[in-house]
Amino acid sequence: MAKTAWERMQIVREKNRPTIRDYIPLIFDEFVELHGDRGYGDDGAILGGIATIKGMAVTVLAHVKGRDLKENQASNFAMPHPEGYRKALRLAHQAEKFHRPVICFIDTPGAYCGIGAEERGQGEAIARNMMEFMSLKTPVISIVLGEGGSGGALALGVCDELAMMENALYSIISPRGFAEILWRDASREQEAANVMRITAEDLVNFGVAEAIIPEPQGGAHLDHDKAADAISAYILKTIPKYMQNPIAKLLQNRYDKFRKIGKFTEQKGANPV
Amino acid sequence: MLQDLFSKVKSRVSVDKHIQAKSGVNIPSDLMFKCPRCGKVEFMDAFQMHNKVCSNCGYHARLTAAERIEEIADNFTFTEYDKHMKSVNPIDFEGYPDKILQQRRRTGLREAVITGECQIMGHPCALGVMDARFMMASMGSVVGEKITRLFERAEEKNFPVIIFAASGGARMQEGIISLMQMAKTSGAIGRHSQKGLLYITVLTDPTTGGVTASFASLGDIIIAEPKVMIGFAGRRVIEGTIKQRLPDDFQSAEFALQHGFVDMIVERRDMRKTLAQLLRLHSGEVAYHG
Repeated sequence: MAKTAWERMQIVREKNRPTIRDYIPLIFDEFVELHGDRGYGDDGAILGGIATIKGMAVTVLAHVKGRDLKENQASNFAMPHPEGYRKALRLAHQAEKFHRPVICFIDTPGAYCGIGAEERGQGEAIARNMMEFMSLKTPVISIVLGEGGSGGALALGVCDELAMMENALYSIISPRGFAEILWRDASREQEAANVMRITAEDLVNFGVAEAIIPEPQGGAHLDHDKAADAISAYILKTIPKYMQNPIAKLLQNRYDKFRKIGKFTEQKGANPV
Repeated sequence: MLQDLFSKVKSRVSVDKHIQAKSGVNIPSDLMFKCPRCGKVEFMDAFQMHNKVCSNCGYHARLTAAERIEEIADNFTFTEYDKHMKSVNPIDFEGYPDKILQQRRRTGLREAVITGECQIMGHPCALGVMDARFMMASMGSVVGEKITRLFERAEEKNFPVIIFAASGGARMQEGIISLMQMAKTSGAIGRHSQKGLLYITVLTDPTTGGVTASFASLGDIIIAEPKVMIGFAGRRVIEGTIKQRLPDDFQSAEFALQHGFVDMIVERRDMRKTLAQLLRLHSGEVAYHG
């Protein structure tokens, strides 16, 4: 029996769920972190740098969840400001220049909602990342580690292939926010999670995700090494598939992947179904 | 043909059924307009004569898509695209089809955006206009698809694109499918842009959420109407996060200009000629022919 979205949500919120900082040494041989957006500052909610996996250089971009309060304060609970997205874009262009594939790890409740974020153009930063990633001339793979919430997740989610960890969730807004907006009752969070269609299987069925990375029995928090091995195996299997494509074809396929998402009718006079 | 789309609708601005006057007397909103920014109450006739701009503070109130097209496009030049496209229920969310039906009946619109092509003072362009009356012009599959096709057609025809944005954000009822419309529209804009074609956005009241975080923010030139609300996160959400009240001008057009996110603020009475000027400045008329 498949787990419900709500059950999976409890798993991804386990205190010992691995974060990107746990995964990096387990997945990559080397990692050099690079900081700053060159315009305003450095955002601790998004990490970026150059890594190698089995001797191949890649650019890593990731939301940073903290493992304790101190880490969470430094990373703002993985809720980026505009400068975080701009750092990611800067490093994505760097990857393009040096022909490195980009691997994005998505793990955020959403982009930060605050005064500074508005003053520095949160909407513009997210929009620009989506537009620029769509034509980035190097392969991009995105992996949702835990929760992927709203545009804050999608700013690292325009890619050639999207993979979901088995228990990961990816949604338009957190289930709590969904319940608040549509039912004016945040306490109906569980009900919302279960009707929103946000599990890995749902996303594969919608054509939003292409792959599901298996987690150890009971969830990734029970065996970090095994979870990391599964991610490594996925990356090693997937990157070559896209590196072989001529760039024009790669970009056309990436565009088509998003282009076909949407459901509507064009029948004249039909009532909505 | 556009007219009969809206024939059932009487345009109204105020959301309340009645306006509470200072005396405590309720005035029917058909007769009076109360400015949501400064609170001034004036006669609806006078307000409409003034292009729905508050005579006291200059707030540019919401227009219907039909009113906007009427104001901007040269007479009889607007041809609508994809007019029969309608929503379905992609995540089988309970109550969504009824909600859509009710919105269609109430507004006479099929969806939250009207797209097409027209001329503005003789300059051809592709035009998209959002209408906040329809589910607060939230972006689901239909809005995403119509905007994407608008850019794809404009790319084929070498047209510049002008979009009058207004939106409460992504349409929650279509779940992750709505979110993906942000990527889809942004991708289409990128392709149009790579062909060297012009894209102008006009931010109208309110431009927020997933629309701010996609096509509304990607114009080569971004114009805002005075005093309108422009932002990413909702004001109440931010106030809830930071536990304090925000200043009145936070997320206004003027705030966006000051922080570098719009090129200019243009009053409604000057909009048509400003757009025509910008179209002309990007046309063959002024290109270098050395």
